[in-house]
Amino acid sequence: MKHFGGPAVFIDRDDINTDEIIPARYLTEITKKALQPHLLEDLHLEDQTFDPHSPQMEQARSLVTRSNFGCGSSREHAVWALEVNDINLVIGQSFARIFRQNMFNCGILAVELAPADLDALFALEGEVSIEVDLGQERITATPAGGQAVNCSFTLNPFDKQLVEAGGWLSYADQNY
Amino acid sequence: MGQTITEKIFAAHRRDTPTPGNMILDLDVIMCHEITTPIAIMDLVEKGMDRVCDPSKIKAVIDHVTPAKDSKTATQAKIMRDWAARHQIKDFFDIGRNGVCHALFPEKGFIRPGYTVIMGDSHTCTHGAFGAFAAGVGTTDLEVGILKGVCAFRTPQSLKVELKGSLRQGVVAKDIILAIIRELTVNGATDMVIEFGGPVVEAMNMASRMTLCNMAVEAGATSGVCLPDETTARYLWPFIQDDYPTLEAAVSDFAKWHSDPDAEYARTLTLDVSELLPQVTFGYRPDNVKAITELAGSRIDQVYIGSCTNGRIEDIREAAAILDGRMVAPGVRGILTPATPAIYSQALEEGLIKIFMDSGFCVLNPTCGACLGMSSGVLAEGEVCASTTNRNFNGRMGKGGMVHLMSPASAAAAAVTGVITDPRELLS
Repeated sequence: MKHFGGPAVFIDRDDINTDEIIPARYLTEITKKALQPHLLEDLHLEDQTFDPHSPQMEQARSLVTRSNFGCGSSREHAVWALEVNDINLVIGQSFARIFRQNMFNCGILAVELAPADLDALFALEGEVSIEVDLGQERITATPAGGQAVNCSFTLNPFDKQLVEAGGWLSYADQNY
Repeated sequence: MGQTITEKIFAAHRRDTPTPGNMILDLDVIMCHEITTPIAIMDLVEKGMDRVCDPSKIKAVIDHVTPAKDSKTATQAKIMRDWAARHQIKDFFDIGRNGVCHALFPEKGFIRPGYTVIMGDSHTCTHGAFGAFAAGVGTTDLEVGILKGVCAFRTPQSLKVELKGSLRQGVVAKDIILAIIRELTVNGATDMVIEFGGPVVEAMNMASRMTLCNMAVEAGATSGVCLPDETTARYLWPFIQDDYPTLEAAVSDFAKWHSDPDAEYARTLTLDVSELLPQVTFGYRPDNVKAITELAGSRIDQVYIGSCTNGRIEDIREAAAILDGRMVAPGVRGILTPATPAIYSQALEEGLIKIFMDSGFCVLNPTCGACLGMSSGVLAEGEVCASTTNRNFNGRMGKGGMVHLMSPASAAAAAVTGVITDPRELLS
């Protein structure tokens, strides 16, 4: 089984759409690797500037956000842009359906947390690393030099099977 | 307990139930375009699985950037073209015959009531207008669809939108769906199918129903759907006349898909459209919607009329009625892209293209183009477009650009005045 999580980057906004995650001008690429420099290039935050190439982004192995992440276009390029940047865990309050399905179809994790648990993660200070215990359906977020926060989540049983199978293509090839 | 149309379609296509609440459906139609399909094709080739489940179920088109704008888009088109030839995909539409997928495929009669349809494109929900379950998916779902003819879905709940009353002159389906999205918000229908019904929908033609269903995904919905009726049967008649002795027989067969009176809905939203004004978006979310009168006077740089939402002949007629005898305002760029060759040809025949050209519009071939900022009308930083498309996300039509979504009549009115304008002021 793949290892999920690692250093986290926090993006405190609802409704981040797939055009922001990977703009359409890069959809002419025919390799996933070519998307690597362009993750979140068009992210729009009201009150702050966002640097998609910050050291935090470069080191990130997990992403924590709010609700309805990945809305809009069905482009799986949004998931691949995360994947080729070694991010295989996105945590949020909720996800848009197609994005969520694309994550599990690629065998990686879109984890939904209760709003209070999410608030607790956002309240952590300094560098935070997040580890996932898939069997226990639990995440542990550890801030550098601080107290770890544990949160439970529930995976849809079928999505869990997809992750265990390494994605939908291998699941479907085995079963249908 | 009764079933909704979506539950009936799911039950009729169920291949497997791997876990409660998840279903594997057999697919009737798998639609492909050149942006999301090539990586699926290349992956299948790489894995030694370059097969298609059934070439007759696959409908493929080059539509997003056509003609190709550079070497990369030419390569995407070539991958599609070679794949279609290799697998004898008969329904493949290339230059001269190609158009925006969600306008072209209905026109070809590919979508029927009760069908299951997927495409690697979020606006696949458009086809729900025919009483089908049609959902946008990612490339992996598409890849499995191509290979195995199946797709996995969580069994969706249904949200009923009941439309009653009568529309004022100058107010159309686009205004209704924008008002609905404002009401539902951008994730108000996540994991649900929006079932559009009521006397307003019953009176709508297929073009208007497609406009409604097209934007269901902007409220987060898995799809939109309308109950198939005589209007559906008349539209499809050229393609189904060998299957039914009479039109009435088709209509009565279609009724088997109708939601039962005691079907269960997660929510019902009733909207009286009688007082509805033309609507327009502001900001960067499709649920940021106001009456056009509240934004009247806002400056625009470009007008874009086209797309899978509003590039059909009815939309072009609606805009032409405003443009006839008028000129595009100085400093404003007008762009029309009829959604398919048949629509373009019909518009030529009706003299509509001449009206657009005489008014100073640039008329393009059918393509998705600027709707998603790929080609053919991309905005510069700080520019604003009055657009008949479906998304106003930040940078959608070009980095730093802004899009106001509106009806074809409203977009045409903006072209003439150079500012956001209530189209009713220009209707005679």
